[in-house]
Amino acid sequence: MTLCQLFLQPDAAYSCISELGELGIVQFRDLNPNVNSFQRKYVNEVRRCEEMERKLRFLETEIKKDELPIYDPEDNPDAPKPREMIDLEATFEKLDHELKEINTNADALLRNFNELTELKHNLTMTQGFFDDAEMAFTPAHNRNQRDSDDDQVQLLYEYSMISHNKLGFITGVVPRERMVAFERMLWRVCRGNVFLRQAEIPELIEDPVSGEKLHKTVFVVFFQGEQLKNRVQKICEGFRANIYPCPENPHERRELAMGVMTRLEDLTVVLSQTQDHRQRVLAATSRNLRTWQIKVKKIKAIYHTMNMFNNDVARKCLIAECWAPVSELDRIQLALRKGSEASGGGTVSSVLNRMVTREQPPTHHKLNKFTQGFQNLVDAYGVATYREINPMPFVLITFPFLFAVMFGDAGHGILVTIFALWMVLKERSLKDKWRNQEVWTIFFGGRYIILLMGIFSIYTGIIYNDVFSKSLNIFGSSWRVRFGDDTLAKHDSVMLEPTPYNYTRSGDYRQMFSGTPYPIGLDPVWQLADNKITYTNSVKMKFAIIIGITQMGFGLFLSLWNHLHFNHRHAIYLEFLPQIIFLACIFFYLIILIFYKWTSFDGSKATDAPSLLIHLINMILFSYKTDPPSAAVFYTGQKQFQTFLILLAVLCVPWMLLGKPIYRIVMNKRRANYSTVTNHAAGNDSDVEEQHQDEFHDPAEKRGVVLDADVRDTDTEDMLDDEHSHQQHHQHEVEMSEVWVEQGIHTIEYFLGCISHTASYLRLWALSLAHAQLSEVLWHMILHLGLSMNGYGGAIASFFVFMPWSSLTVFILLLMEGLSAFLHALRLHWVEFQSKFYKGEGYPFVPFSFRLLLDEAPVEA
Amino acid sequence: MEKFAITLIIFTVFWGLIGIVLPFLIPKGQNKRLIQVMLTLTSACCWLFWLCFYLHQWKPLFGPQLKRDNARIIRSLWGSEF
Repeated sequence: MTLCQLFLQPDAAYSCISELGELGIVQFRDLNPNVNSFQRKYVNEVRRCEEMERKLRFLETEIKKDELPIYDPEDNPDAPKPREMIDLEATFEKLDHELKEINTNADALLRNFNELTELKHNLTMTQGFFDDAEMAFTPAHNRNQRDSDDDQVQLLYEYSMISHNKLGFITGVVPRERMVAFERMLWRVCRGNVFLRQAEIPELIEDPVSGEKLHKTVFVVFFQGEQLKNRVQKICEGFRANIYPCPENPHERRELAMGVMTRLEDLTVVLSQTQDHRQRVLAATSRNLRTWQIKVKKIKAIYHTMNMFNNDVARKCLIAECWAPVSELDRIQLALRKGSEASGGGTVSSVLNRMVTREQPPTHHKLNKFTQGFQNLVDAYGVATYREINPMPFVLITFPFLFAVMFGDAGHGILVTIFALWMVLKERSLKDKWRNQEVWTIFFGGRYIILLMGIFSIYTGIIYNDVFSKSLNIFGSSWRVRFGDDTLAKHDSVMLEPTPYNYTRSGDYRQMFSGTPYPIGLDPVWQLADNKITYTNSVKMKFAIIIGITQMGFGLFLSLWNHLHFNHRHAIYLEFLPQIIFLACIFFYLIILIFYKWTSFDGSKATDAPSLLIHLINMILFSYKTDPPSAAVFYTGQKQFQTFLILLAVLCVPWMLLGKPIYRIVMNKRRANYSTVTNHAAGNDSDVEEQHQDEFHDPAEKRGVVLDADVRDTDTEDMLDDEHSHQQHHQHEVEMSEVWVEQGIHTIEYFLGCISHTASYLRLWALSLAHAQLSEVLWHMILHLGLSMNGYGGAIASFFVFMPWSSLTVFILLLMEGLSAFLHALRLHWVEFQSKFYKGEGYPFVPFSFRLLLDEAPVEA
Repeated sequence: MEKFAITLIIFTVFWGLIGIVLPFLIPKGQNKRLIQVMLTLTSACCWLFWLCFYLHQWKPLFGPQLKRDNARIIRSLWGSEF
């Protein structure tokens, strides 16, 4: 990773950045951190981009409203040239304007349409009222058919004829639910001096103002006089009734009605045409929408990046600083050349200049879709310091393995593997589905992790001989029952003889164990045994300790690799050696004891078998009793050898505690001596030059002395900037007290950690026990109930019992236990494994990449 | 005793082939090192796991404790001979 300076021509800058964005391997630094975002050079362009995005969002909502499909572009459209941006802006403006116009017109037309519909109903109904009134004055022989309504209308008519006062009327339409309140209000306010007739409109009508469909009622209010008229009008306004003028003359009414009908027909045609036009516009837009969105995003990203550059007025160019991997420099040069040519073949192409710096570069790992998930797991704890070893390739296998040790059921493993296989094989189609569901994206993102976890779980399930809490007997058990009926009749439970040869003097001995263990995994006989847990506890705990110590030792060797890489010779002798010796003396010795116990003690010596835990404790306490046989010495020379080991281990503590600080002190003194010597020799030379001389005298040592985290692979041997070497001068004088404290913390952390981390690995045993027991509970309490019943009842019971068993298996055993084992395996890696070698103080390399930009933005499905 | 040794050798050779020999046969490519690391680690972990369970059962310090009915069933199902 190297820091580069780019000198870009202002005309060529845009296309160069576009090419670099497509390449995606360069991380730009912000050279104007103190500048407000509103004061930056390209703020106007960014603003224009955002305006375009707003218009595109509006278009998208309109398209979605009409439920038209949006086409995804197959290929990746390039970032358009600056001139194209103006064209895009014009297009969007035109579309935006057009669509808004269509919308307003459609709204106005719709409102008109609704009003006319109401008017039509109004006229029809009032026509009915007045017809009734007229019918009341037909010849006398029809009077028998009168009913109360007609009475009223007749009275009205007569009254109006008599009084010669014109009865005024108002017709209108009001929502049905308000009719009763309306009537009551009219009655109260006008003191009963108005006459209301109403008729319901049978179909739903869209209200012109609110746009929702309601049931409405047509009403006619008859009144006399101006005052009442005003009151009625006010009430109508209050109840938001729509008033329509209705001519008194039936002839006029009929004309008006016909006019309304024709207008309605015209409006229907116009409305449908407007809708068609809108659909056409939106369909045309939907084809290009995604491409435009990608283009605008790219333009905006380019201008954001250009805002980070330094505009050098004197040299008339833009200066950019970026981090780039050394191996990709050729490709970057090529991209720059392409960009310069594309922007009109300027005379001077852009220049890339490598810079030297003491700053820590970002950490860049080359990943693919498989390793990305595991790298995320590691990075969640801390991004690797620049150039230190990446634990991910090892975590890739050990994490699923430790998960499987805790999960350990082949049946559950098969289910998990099937789920993960489905996700992996259907990757392409599932990638963009359900992007808004966070839980799903987490599972999908970790599909390779889950796949490996499932495969390892099948293996550990076979070794534990546990398939949905049942054991498989493939190779034939190594145990046989050789008890006679009389023995079985006497005792409720019997224990089989573990020694495969006759060690007793008596003839009662019967061989029940074949002497050869079951080839793969746990013998199936244990599934039926009452003391299964006691037996498996022993092996699981021993295995947990063995794998834990092995993993921690492996971590220490990785730290050795780190030291070798950074050329910290001193750290190898002063840190790695005491650490590994301590681990070996106590814990590798423990592993050897475990293997010794496995191979040397059999059933005949069961009571004399040593308890390794007691022996470990006694070893540290230097106490060697002979009292219980399990604590007595079991090989000659044990006491002396163990004492030697403990003394060696104890020696390691001050070795690690004092070694490094003393080394530092010695180094500082040597440095001080050197600089005083050169000071005298050079006379009035500046500080800088001395440092140059100093460096060139001792290049190998220089690297080793500077604080560990600072050494990196930038080409510091070639050139040294003035300011940078000045910084280095200060770094030599580091606080000694800080070194002492830091080393003290590291020492305590390591030595105490060794013991506590070893015990921490016992969670592998604990969780596998819990899983096995939960599985067995589900079997005995649920599935067994159905399967143990006979006959047809048993068949039905089995059917019904399967649902709770399967759902509990999935939710408790797969999901909950799976999550738990995942968490614990992750903790074991983050704390117990990585604390042996991993610093994790880096920051990630986030390149300027269009692909990353477009992937991140969630596509709203 | 012989059967014990044979099984031990078979499995050690099996995982040894996967973990030590196979990595040399991986074709050159971008992921060669990664696959080699994966194979070695997998075979080491799996072999160690198998070995611990195998050794633990070789010289058991106590036998399974069976209920009377289970013992009878096993005796009739599996017989009394090895």
